[in-house]
Amino acid sequence: MTAFICTRLAQSILVLFIMSLLVFGGVNLVGDPVEMLINPEADQAEVERVIRELGLDRPVTEQYWYFLVNAFKGDLGSSFIFGEPALKLIIQRMPATLELALFSLFISLIIAIPLGIYAGYKPDSKVSKVIMASSILGFSMPTFWVGIIFIMIFAVQLGWLPSTGRGDIGTFMGINSSLFTLNGLSHVFLPALNLALFKISSVIRLTRAGTREIILQDYITFARSKGISEKRVVMIHVLKNILIPIVTVVGLEFGSLIAFSTVTETVFAWPGMGKLIIDSIYNLDRPVIVAYLMIIVTFFVFLNLIVDILYTFLDPRVRIKGDHQ
Amino acid sequence: MNPKLKKFIEFWKDFSSNKVALVAFVIFLLILFVAIFAPLVSPTDPYDLNTVSIMNSRLPPFTEDFSGNYFLLGTDGAGRDMVSAIFYGLRVSLGVGVLSGIFALIIGSFFGISAAFFGGRYESIIMRIVDIQLSFPSILVALIILAAFGKGVEKTIIALILVQWAYYARTARSSALVEINKEYVDAARCLAFGNTRIMFKHILPNCMAPLIVVGTLQTAHAISLEATLSFLGLGLPITEPSLGLLIGNGFEYMYSGDFWISIFPGVALLITVASINLVGDHLRDMFNPRLQ
Repeated sequence: MTAFICTRLAQSILVLFIMSLLVFGGVNLVGDPVEMLINPEADQAEVERVIRELGLDRPVTEQYWYFLVNAFKGDLGSSFIFGEPALKLIIQRMPATLELALFSLFISLIIAIPLGIYAGYKPDSKVSKVIMASSILGFSMPTFWVGIIFIMIFAVQLGWLPSTGRGDIGTFMGINSSLFTLNGLSHVFLPALNLALFKISSVIRLTRAGTREIILQDYITFARSKGISEKRVVMIHVLKNILIPIVTVVGLEFGSLIAFSTVTETVFAWPGMGKLIIDSIYNLDRPVIVAYLMIIVTFFVFLNLIVDILYTFLDPRVRIKGDHQ
Repeated sequence: MNPKLKKFIEFWKDFSSNKVALVAFVIFLLILFVAIFAPLVSPTDPYDLNTVSIMNSRLPPFTEDFSGNYFLLGTDGAGRDMVSAIFYGLRVSLGVGVLSGIFALIIGSFFGISAAFFGGRYESIIMRIVDIQLSFPSILVALIILAAFGKGVEKTIIALILVQWAYYARTARSSALVEINKEYVDAARCLAFGNTRIMFKHILPNCMAPLIVVGTLQTAHAISLEATLSFLGLGLPITEPSLGLLIGNGFEYMYSGDFWISIFPGVALLITVASINLVGDHLRDMFNPRLQ
């Protein structure tokens, strides 16, 4: 077990290192770093001063070393647009993204698990076929376009729900979130549902596949032969056993919700990290782009690490295999 | 009868037994036709400045202008006919999606089959890279590439290839592992054929079925991803107006109620992606031995 965690940790650090090379390479070597890293409105003296300050007159290897050292110190440069440290800007916007992702994860699980179990439990019924067909449709619908449709129907035509911004923010147990006010909830509902749509499809399929497999197992036959009611078989025996893949999904899907929130946040003008990165790319705000990419990759690497470790605790078969490697 | 033809007829009978998949396949062929022959089937050339008139901008669907041009799906902000714009957009979207899919298939199956064939350290390194890449959502991989290196046609295609190759590699490896233990591979080895020949002339053709399934589903995914990236302004430049760019273009008119500029390209995108997905889904069920 310890060996497994150690190899995974080493691997995570290696991935981070490669990503830092890629991001550093992309920003500093492909284009002209002077043009990219220095405010275009600066005069000649200013440009030379900044070149020296950023160490652009030094060898590339040395520059990369400084980039790494500064990144470790938490210094990823300052935004051209806001004039504030890039890291601070991103951390300020993180809660908005997290609350959107959490709420949509909640929506998708609440909707998808019951539908998936039903479709797996009665695979040949009409309702199951409709569920599966809509899940293909859900897969095929591009998130951003569905978002536009939502805005058109619920915000422009019907005027039921707001389509931009985060709304009022409430405080509960020291946490600021728009999930705690009615106005905030009305703002988060459309973007969260939009973000959840893709997840609903994939969780339905996963739950259905799991249910179909489990329903054929001996212990289900045994439970039935003991005379346990079908309701209990499904609610206890099936549900408990599909939870292993679902826990992994909750972890990994949460990550992909954060990644996909860039799209939803842009459509709904939700003031999170995702909108920040897209705006920064528009404005060529390089320090913020670099900082965002490094933060999001670090986040993913550790999220995957945690999911891997959790998985070995939940499923002993993985643990044994991991120890042998 | 030619055995290959006979096999194909059997395959076709099996495939067409599912009516939904059959309809989806016919729709996909139509879309492909429109995309390839866009300049011939479009009512107007939407990017020819001589025929496009700014006077016609934002006309609703089913309207006719003063010179008798009929706009079935209305016009966009620059007065372009939406039908024509969608046809040309399909061309770009399908082109980018299919091209990246083919490259990813080649690269992925090369690494997948060679990993299964040579095994050992080479295999574990390749598969580790595949695992790590698959632990990142595709949109994030594409976002990283395009944010670090900037937008453009080649960069978008490279990003889409990078997103997809790992899926092909994993599929190719797992089916090659099964094939490698079969007798025909031993026979080929006894005949002292070279490794390259055994891998790509003997093993690869037998791994094609699952690769085609992954290929259809991945191409659908790539088309949708390209649209998303282009909508966000990270993918294709405005000189290559794909469906994603058309939708993004119409988004700004959304709040003033001009829904058609954004909605119809989206419908075209949805139909394209859904028809490919339905065909792929049915192919997967057909090739899945557990369901037979």
